[in-house]
Amino acid sequence: MRVKNLVMMAACAAALGTAAMADGHGGAVKVGMITTLSGGGAGLGIDVRDGFLLATKDSDMIQTVIVDDQRKPDIAVQLADKLIQSEKVDVLTGIIWSNLAMAVVPSAVAQGKFYLSPNAGPSALAGRGCNPNYFNVSWQNDAFAEAAGAYMSDAGVEKVFLMAPNYPAGQDSMAGFKRFFKGEVSAEVYTALGQTDYAAEIAQIRASDADQVYFFLPGGMGISFMKQYAGSGVDKPVAGPAFSFDQGILGAIGEAALGVKNTAHWSKDLDVPGNAEFVTAFQAEYGRLPSIYAAQGYDTGLLLMSAAAKADVADADAFRAALKEADFQSVRGDFTFADNNHPIQNIYVREVVKEGDVVTNKLIGTAISNHTDAYGVDCKM
Amino acid sequence: MTTLLLIEQVLNGLQSGIMLFLMAAGLTLIFGVMGLINLAHGSLYMVGAFAAAAVAGATGSFTLALMASLAAAAAAGAIVEVTVIRRLYDRDHLDQVLATFALILIFSEGTRWLFGSFPLYLDVPAAFAGPVMLPGGIQYPAYRLLIIAVGLAVAVGLFLLIARTRIGIQIRAGESDREMIAALGVDISRLYTIVFALGAALAGLAGALVGAIQSVQVGMGEPVLILAFVVIVIGGIGSIKGALVGAILVGLTDTLGGVLLPLAFGLFLDPSTASAIGSALASMAIYILMAIVLIYRPTGLYGAPV
Repeated sequence: MRVKNLVMMAACAAALGTAAMADGHGGAVKVGMITTLSGGGAGLGIDVRDGFLLATKDSDMIQTVIVDDQRKPDIAVQLADKLIQSEKVDVLTGIIWSNLAMAVVPSAVAQGKFYLSPNAGPSALAGRGCNPNYFNVSWQNDAFAEAAGAYMSDAGVEKVFLMAPNYPAGQDSMAGFKRFFKGEVSAEVYTALGQTDYAAEIAQIRASDADQVYFFLPGGMGISFMKQYAGSGVDKPVAGPAFSFDQGILGAIGEAALGVKNTAHWSKDLDVPGNAEFVTAFQAEYGRLPSIYAAQGYDTGLLLMSAAAKADVADADAFRAALKEADFQSVRGDFTFADNNHPIQNIYVREVVKEGDVVTNKLIGTAISNHTDAYGVDCKM
Repeated sequence: MTTLLLIEQVLNGLQSGIMLFLMAAGLTLIFGVMGLINLAHGSLYMVGAFAAAAVAGATGSFTLALMASLAAAAAAGAIVEVTVIRRLYDRDHLDQVLATFALILIFSEGTRWLFGSFPLYLDVPAAFAGPVMLPGGIQYPAYRLLIIAVGLAVAVGLFLLIARTRIGIQIRAGESDREMIAALGVDISRLYTIVFALGAALAGLAGALVGAIQSVQVGMGEPVLILAFVVIVIGGIGSIKGALVGAILVGLTDTLGGVLLPLAFGLFLDPSTASAIGSALASMAIYILMAIVLIYRPTGLYGAPV
């Protein structure tokens, strides 16, 4: 019900926005948010949306239309066309999945719209396909894996067992890990996308000579793997990207995840100005702990407001320059854009712990400082 | 690869086959007896898992959770049969696919509406949490052995039900000639509701058992549904024995293919290419198996000849 009400409210706000636009632009920015609100993976879109709305709720500069892409590229493309042509939005944001981003972003920015990515950073958009109107407020897809590779090298891990689903993001993340890992890869296993049973892979892990396991299994795949791994009695330490150990997922894995190290650009206990306030406000508003997706949505909202305060969106060059300055207090701490409009930020290591009855993450250190992606060199703009 | 590891992988294949059997048994019963293609079978699997997670969360008892999954899935199955499915028996398969596809959407969004978008927590009972040592020094998760045991017990129970009981006779009779047994005074619509609820309950049980080691989330049933269809096509539509044999074949092919193919390619390719090609081929292995079976036995291993 809650979701429906919010969407309704957003739709009403959108209607009001259209009315306001009739008498001149008034400096307001009209945002179209295309995100995943139904079906599997809806939790991510809901967190991005809630974080964004939390950031922008008191602003009369930002008017947001929220639509549900159902995680389908064709629907996302239709929605983008509709938002651009009939809603006449200035800025698009919200897409969770790389394949949807690849379907929507290039054509949207070619039509002169701005796109702020609150999640997903396919390498194509960071390198050759970069665009002055495309700003990534989250991460390039390889970032967490690169940080994990660096962290495990620093921690003295010599042999690692790698596992990822056999699809582009899985291969990218393994490549990212190997880019920074100095030890030896004892085995590299690619599983089926959407696989739910990992008994065979766990047996391989048991038999391998690796000291540690690093895996990239987003969503339900990671939940299944961790539960089965905990029951298998294999005691090699496991690490993964934050996608598999984020707040929405930890509730489903439970204590099986305790002790796992994971890499992320944000943690709820990160001691930077504004973060504690964000966590408190998010909990008060929605009754749950924020996830990295919520933090990304929140930062996207803050970035947009900082740019809207400096420049009129009708003046695209000024607005673009204002976005590029990234003049906002990110809940991740220092945040700037590299030349390819992708973030330069710290990536941290978190450990899964139990606080009272809640399984959550605790910050334990920094994996890489001022990390930027490897694809920026190919970006000519 | 050592012999021990191979044995462990065979056990894994067996276990994944048994889980598939629980899904496929209901599907093949419904398809065989009523001639109905039920795409919503995966949703009943999801209903079972969610009911189990909810009850386990509230009471902490895994036994109660399993009973709740059976009851909830059977009830959902009976309601769906009476309200929707009953109108579809005389329609062609395309209408059935369309209507049951709509049911998938209704079940998915309904579950999301009730339980939210985040995966639920359901864990294995404490008594079966860790690994056990099998003869020969294989460490194997106790819970997976439990799944094998439950699956085999269900197989035996179903076999006895179909072969030895009055309702079993009616089911078999309904399969071969539904007009005739209706004429003989058997209440065919009640029989269909029972069969549908039975199939649903099995799917729900599978969902609850599997949910404890996988992720309980919206849409969890659809990937299993595709495999279950492969199983009943291989086994022969309508045959419980076929479903069991087919499920174990598919489970073994899938698991061993995923393990052995990358190893085989590793003999003459570098590891990362071998792994990529091997796993790509492994994901096709069960469909290749299905194609081979269909070439030699067009009605499946135990299907009645047309």
